[in-house]
Amino acid sequence: MTVQAGLSEGRHIRLLPFRQVGLGLLGSVGIIALLEVLPRTGAVDRRYLPPASSMAASLGGLLGEADFWTAAGQTIRGWAFGLGLAMLLGVVGGVLIGSVPLLRVLTASTIEFLRPIPSVALIPLVVLIFGSRPQSALILVVYAATWQVLLQVLYGVLDVDPVARDTARSFRFSRWSIVRTVVWPTALPYVVTGFRLAAAVSLILEVTAELVIGVPGLGRSIGVAQSSGAVEETYALVIVVGLIGVAVNLAARAVERRVLRWHPSVRREEA
Amino acid sequence: MTVLTFGRRLLTALALPLVLLTIWWVLTANSTSFFWPPLSTILRTFPETWFGDRITTDVLPSLARLCTGYLLALVLGIAGGVAIGLSPLLRALTEPSLEFFRAIPPPVLVPVIALFAGYTGSLSKIITITIGCVWPILLNTVEGVRAVDEVLLDTARCYHLRWRSKLVHVILRGASPQIAAGARQALSIAVILMVISELFGANHGLGASVVQFQRSFAIPQMWTGIIVLGLLGVALSAIFRIVEHFALAWYRGVRDADRGV
Repeated sequence: MTVQAGLSEGRHIRLLPFRQVGLGLLGSVGIIALLEVLPRTGAVDRRYLPPASSMAASLGGLLGEADFWTAAGQTIRGWAFGLGLAMLLGVVGGVLIGSVPLLRVLTASTIEFLRPIPSVALIPLVVLIFGSRPQSALILVVYAATWQVLLQVLYGVLDVDPVARDTARSFRFSRWSIVRTVVWPTALPYVVTGFRLAAAVSLILEVTAELVIGVPGLGRSIGVAQSSGAVEETYALVIVVGLIGVAVNLAARAVERRVLRWHPSVRREEA
Repeated sequence: MTVLTFGRRLLTALALPLVLLTIWWVLTANSTSFFWPPLSTILRTFPETWFGDRITTDVLPSLARLCTGYLLALVLGIAGGVAIGLSPLLRALTEPSLEFFRAIPPPVLVPVIALFAGYTGSLSKIITITIGCVWPILLNTVEGVRAVDEVLLDTARCYHLRWRSKLVHVILRGASPQIAAGARQALSIAVILMVISELFGANHGLGASVVQFQRSFAIPQMWTGIIVLGLLGVALSAIFRIVEHFALAWYRGVRDADRGV
């Protein structure tokens, strides 16, 4: 008891949950207040950084516009479709390459070489072939996100307990049953990590494609708003994209907890 | 024996890339398609495109901006991350805002920063790269500093280590594997932002040249640009791995000892 009391002094302060939430709110309110005060006092030019209240007003106006919702829908659809395709390619490819040692050895150098190639290098090519159609964004998203999933799945498949695999083989499990009952449960935590990384990367590339190539969506709206001098609207759209990003991160983490709730390692931790 | 295994390794590493390059070569050999020029044409245009003036006017300035922005982000991210990681109060205050800033896709910053600093000029590009790269470094540093072994911190206090040596030898060193993870994420963001920040307005630079080739339908040159960007990504990740290999040698040792290897 006394030891714990001693530990809770100094830097070992444990904040209570509700205090934590309160402080977080306080910090956010502080930043918003700063964004309000700086332009109003003239410390920052209003033409470059409008006060937070006018950004909020512009955001409120956007929420009533059909165009805004169309653009948001296009962005989210492009993101979800690209992410889904990347998951499919990454998981199937990863399990296949990871389960066959010869394939793994042969592809290792190629994967190491192709992975760090920035997907923005493909922008000129997709512009030539697809122009500003959604396919351009899809290719960039799938290229960038698939590596995240593929590498995680490869690590996951390598992590399979050799005894479990040999046992399954001794019992004459079919290849498919081994994948389903031995490989997949081991790889699942890695798959979910790959999903979380890929979800964030997909959103970045989707918005980038919209902004740079002009694929319809929120990214293009930001570009249009900025070049037409609608500064408040630019900031409002950036805030919306940021909020979508937060939602994506939170959703990915929720999926992670949900999917892994009955995974042995998580159960052992809780016990 | 060792020469033999080395040879076999080299062969397995090179087999697939060689096969893929051969397929590319053969498939495009007599290609008259506008978008897919023969690989031989691409390789022939490569030296004249990149080994002339373009190195000094476009490539080197781009790389300089990339390095400046990235190093600035490293300094800011680690400094801020240590401060936030050490103070529970500061952490609680900033956590939701940091979650938000991290979630903004970095390329969206380009038009916003252009409001302040315009599209052309090096400053706006360096700012873009720095702001985009700082979040993964900052947040990973916070996590790393938080996870530093409490026993080590208490030991450092018992031995009355000076603040400076505690910071360098205990906190920064303990957090360094996590900082390296953040720095690696930031590096790929830096390359993306280096290219994207050059795509707007009339511009010089590596990314700008590639898009210029595409707009003027100089297709073989555009392909060489894609190859240069790819090689740049590969080279940077190789350099990062070498630096990380030496900087975190102690960490690999500790980890292997833990695993009983």
